[in-house]
Amino acid sequence: MAVSGVLMVLFIIAHMAGNLHIFEGREEMNDYAHGLRTFGEPILPHESLLWVLRLGLIASIGAHLWSGIVLSRRAHLARPVKYAHRHKARGESRGAYGVMRWGGITIAAFVVWHLLDLTFRTVNPVKDVPDAYGAVVATFAPERWPVTVFYLLALVALGFHLRHGIWSAVQTIAGPGPVWRRRWQAVALTVAAVVVAGFAIVPLAVSFGLVS
Amino acid sequence: MKLRLRIWRQSDAESKGKMVSYVIDGVSEDASFLEMLDVLNEELIADGEDPVAFDHDCREGICGACSLVIDGQPHGPQAATTTCQLHMRQYSDGDTIDIEPWRAGAFPVVKDLVVDRSAFDRIIQAGGYISAPTGTAPDAHAVPVPKADADAAFSAAACIGCGACVAACPNGSGMLFMAAKVAHLGLMPQGQPERHTRVLGMVAAHDEAGFGGCTNTGECSAACPKEIGLDVIGRLNKDFRKAAARAA
Repeated sequence: MAVSGVLMVLFIIAHMAGNLHIFEGREEMNDYAHGLRTFGEPILPHESLLWVLRLGLIASIGAHLWSGIVLSRRAHLARPVKYAHRHKARGESRGAYGVMRWGGITIAAFVVWHLLDLTFRTVNPVKDVPDAYGAVVATFAPERWPVTVFYLLALVALGFHLRHGIWSAVQTIAGPGPVWRRRWQAVALTVAAVVVAGFAIVPLAVSFGLVS
Repeated sequence: MKLRLRIWRQSDAESKGKMVSYVIDGVSEDASFLEMLDVLNEELIADGEDPVAFDHDCREGICGACSLVIDGQPHGPQAATTTCQLHMRQYSDGDTIDIEPWRAGAFPVVKDLVVDRSAFDRIIQAGGYISAPTGTAPDAHAVPVPKADADAAFSAAACIGCGACVAACPNGSGMLFMAAKVAHLGLMPQGQPERHTRVLGMVAAHDEAGFGGCTNTGECSAACPKEIGLDVIGRLNKDFRKAAARAA
């Protein structure tokens, strides 16, 4: 859970930063998208960076999903009779239980849509793959507002997921003392907020006509 | 004060239990929670009914026997307090109080509110000890221990093994209990020879007993009557990784 999660967090931060190229204009954004494909050429083969990322992400998603299923299953078996009186959570990561599982499923569903939309372009009006800028503008067009709403909803789920996930991964891998645990919880909250803001600004800018 | 109690009644391990309502009057606010249950049981016995079975022993918060989930919270609403140290002044006239046993597959109900916590004993047997030559007690200053380590080990050693961490955990994990023992012994020079076999053995016994996995929600620490912190879990994770790498 922790190692695969950390790898995906690093990807997400890079992805979020890359998206901001859209504010530079159509040409710069498409150059960036093209650059990802031609990175390292001619020494490395075409799309070598993308394939490293794709294989790494597929392995991470597989490991993350498998760990999540094992943990959920163990939790289910560990409490066969539920409490009649449920008290609200009061732990340091209160609410994380539902946030991680249901939020994780929401994020997974979103990723499927996101790939069909902006990678494979199956559900995107712009089929021309090199025109990444055009595809983003088309998918978040004001009349396609449910797409934007789903995107923002998935982002909220991602934000809560990261707020618990980042410090929980540090707890598993590094085992910090009480002071550093608090610091990592603050780092997790900050990273989650920055990631949500950095991703959300793109569809919002398109929907409100700042980028067209 | 007059209270309505809804208590889990289950006649034995095999039978199916249910919540049963009782009304108790004239409860003194100076009574402890367990004394209130004693009064209820005297009334039940006088009426020819089966008294409510619950675990208790020292009634001074140090033995770890008392184990009631009160209104969904292990050991009730007061922080850093065992059930036996909880007093009725926390409640007001007319309150309804739900009382349930620890809920975990690894802690099967024996009767009513009493659960079998021998799964914890099996975890201790799998590594929660040190091997030391017997004889007369060594001088206290014979083995120097840094003050910070002694303090951290003492905080972890405050664990009374009550199982509130398991009862509170949404995953039904015994991680905090196990980690408290690993930290307590692993911080002391006497605990070093078995440091790696201890963590591997205890984790295996924990998983074997059917406890869930830890997802760092922190509910355990919030429910712990001895306020054991989540840092012991981080320490167990580190020790486990080193031990597993060495064993591989």
